[in-house]
Amino acid sequence: MADLETFRTEARLWLRANAPQSLYGTREGRFDGFWGGRRSTETDPDILRWRDVMADKGWTAPTWPVEYGGGGLSRDEAKVLDEVMTELELPPAVVGFGLVMIGPTLLDYGTDAQKAEHLPKIARGETRWCQGYSEPGAGSDLASLQTRAVADGDDFIINGQKVWTSHADKSDWIFALVRTDPDAPKRKGITFILVDMDTPGVSTRPIELISGSSIFCETFFEDARVPARHVVGEVNNGWTVAKALLGYERTMIGAAISGQMLGVEDELIEQARHYLGCPEGRLPDPMLRDDIVRAAMNDQCLNLTVERIRQSLREGQAPGSESSILKVAGTEAKQARWELAIRIAGQQALGWEGPGYTDDELQRTRNWLRSRASTIEGGSSEIQLNVIASRVLGLKFPGT
Amino acid sequence: MQLILNEEQAALAKTATDFARKRSPVARMRALRDSRDEIGFSKELWKEMAELGWTAVHIPEEHGGIGLGFFELSLILEAAGRTLMPEPFTSTLLLGANLLIASDDAHSARWLPEVCTGDALLALAWDERGARNRANRCATRAVAVDGGFRISGCKESVLDAHTADRIFVSARTGGQDSDPDGITVFSVDPAAAGLTIERQTRIDHRNCARVLFEDVRVSTDDVVGTLDSGLSLLEGTLDRATAGTAAELFGTTDEAFEIAVAYLKERKQFGVPIGSFQALQHRASRLFIELKLAESAVIAAAKAVDDAPDNVPAQVSLAKARISDAAIHVCNEAVQFHGGVGITDEYDIGLYLKRARVAELSFGDAAHHRDRWATLKGY
Repeated sequence: MADLETFRTEARLWLRANAPQSLYGTREGRFDGFWGGRRSTETDPDILRWRDVMADKGWTAPTWPVEYGGGGLSRDEAKVLDEVMTELELPPAVVGFGLVMIGPTLLDYGTDAQKAEHLPKIARGETRWCQGYSEPGAGSDLASLQTRAVADGDDFIINGQKVWTSHADKSDWIFALVRTDPDAPKRKGITFILVDMDTPGVSTRPIELISGSSIFCETFFEDARVPARHVVGEVNNGWTVAKALLGYERTMIGAAISGQMLGVEDELIEQARHYLGCPEGRLPDPMLRDDIVRAAMNDQCLNLTVERIRQSLREGQAPGSESSILKVAGTEAKQARWELAIRIAGQQALGWEGPGYTDDELQRTRNWLRSRASTIEGGSSEIQLNVIASRVLGLKFPGT
Repeated sequence: MQLILNEEQAALAKTATDFARKRSPVARMRALRDSRDEIGFSKELWKEMAELGWTAVHIPEEHGGIGLGFFELSLILEAAGRTLMPEPFTSTLLLGANLLIASDDAHSARWLPEVCTGDALLALAWDERGARNRANRCATRAVAVDGGFRISGCKESVLDAHTADRIFVSARTGGQDSDPDGITVFSVDPAAAGLTIERQTRIDHRNCARVLFEDVRVSTDDVVGTLDSGLSLLEGTLDRATAGTAAELFGTTDEAFEIAVAYLKERKQFGVPIGSFQALQHRASRLFIELKLAESAVIAAAKAVDDAPDNVPAQVSLAKARISDAAIHVCNEAVQFHGGVGITDEYDIGLYLKRARVAELSFGDAAHHRDRWATLKGY
């Protein structure tokens, strides 16, 4: 533990010496991090410099091996680093699906060549990644996906359509699930493949959402020719890789949960005091007060549960069955937060744009609308409940 | 704060659970109930647990205890909750012993060593009709008389009073009915003149009594802690009792959930186990989520007692609010999953429902603790 405290001191000193002044205090709020990639339009020199110094240090991917652009830190050290950055209110230098989804997957399943090709660029924020899983006919029933990849010499020719590919229009690469054996049982004929978005025949179109933003896209493949060396794992064994990646995705969502809850109770109380005209003392609306407590308590239980899982991992134990609940519980907690925020703001929560509403009010409303997606994306709550029932409780569907 | 069990704690939890299942299956509690047993539990079994050290885990070494920690006690309580053990854990260990650990005076020296050896059983008479979990709502009065006091009043829901070797009672030595100041805790001989114990029967068939004080004479030496300042002593004790009750209730609820899931796998309708129906699977998964979240809070509350005394009130309210809600939800659904047999006395699940309900309403229900949480945080 003494070593960790030494590391904490060193990390704090290094960050203070290297972080651009303008980035302090920007961890929360509108700025959601530098996503990077070839299509990045970021011009702020401080953000770019922050990326450079952090990537040079290996701290954009703190736990990755140094040879792949990581920092080679232990899980504990990485947690300390995150705590120090939170304390200094510094944003992560690079964010994105490369770091949290495909990176860990390649570390476990990629060839040395794949790791060497992709991981350093991900760590430096030079490539941005998106996820090609869902299709119009394959949502919760993901394994029924139909995008075809046919072997042709050293390549695969891909045809089909993906949907809900987040930020595909801004991404350089997509990791996709494709069907390579249409005659095998549906989970046995799937391959996990990496596709450069600049490949001829790959195109993308944003989908406008109820929140007014368009983070999700449709991605089309028309005779896209992709080298077979981009297959991760083995051909027709992509389901195993896909599930592992979903595990990282849920871990990421879990890790995001403990962060997303910080200060929420105080924020809701402050808003309630503002809109209800009650600068101090007991909130005048007892039902609202009770609902804020419910949300705060739920957040607290989630934080404690995430901490339990973290401690189990640190002790080298497999996390218990409690890890299966994080996706459902975390996303519902997030929704509860925004639902409450809307309720507190009342009529002021109804603005779409224009005069009469503050920026914060408009943003909060968009956040609420955005939060409706969280129990659908990344495996809907209903699917998660199925998983808990079958894998944790041992309740089976007939015939399975 | 360490939230996972170390090796010793895991071993203790396993030993306690095995003991509860083997030596005190639900059938034993049922038999005590059906025979209208005079004691309502087994003093021999209590003594046996004392020999294993379980009545001494949280008691400091200077008072004859093992001085491990409250968290260790919570693991034993969880085990006891799993098989609905009727032994006097709450009255003697959570209320009586915690009061005396906090008072750390001559009364502690007198009684705690015997609690450790399993020879003394204690009761704490603090609750009154209308008090609704607030120890300051104390109408029982202790009037100063020559060399001591005379106590008069009526205490409700006094756990295990009829078998207690010593009863501790809160009484007003000053102030008005709800004042925080002016409350004093006294140590009273259950055989004292003017003291009447009316044993009550509750839905969980654990022991409880109404205790009437009519001019019960006590001396100044019988004051536990300090005169007129008993409220903080009581509140600290009640917080610890609440944390312990939350752990016990978690054990009861987790077991009820396991019984319910087992039944979903075993019961067949339409030619298949009813647990294959998604309508029931999702409900079971929801209960699981609620239970796991509550479990984290229950662990944190017991840990706070040992490691973070300043956080005890908030952590305790968190734990009790969440496990109370989870308990009612789980037990009601567990009975529903069982269908008709769920409401028969023959099946154990109804016993779990009743025990859980008592624990839920004891030491403040979920709404009480949510209100307290907000008050602690100033909104």
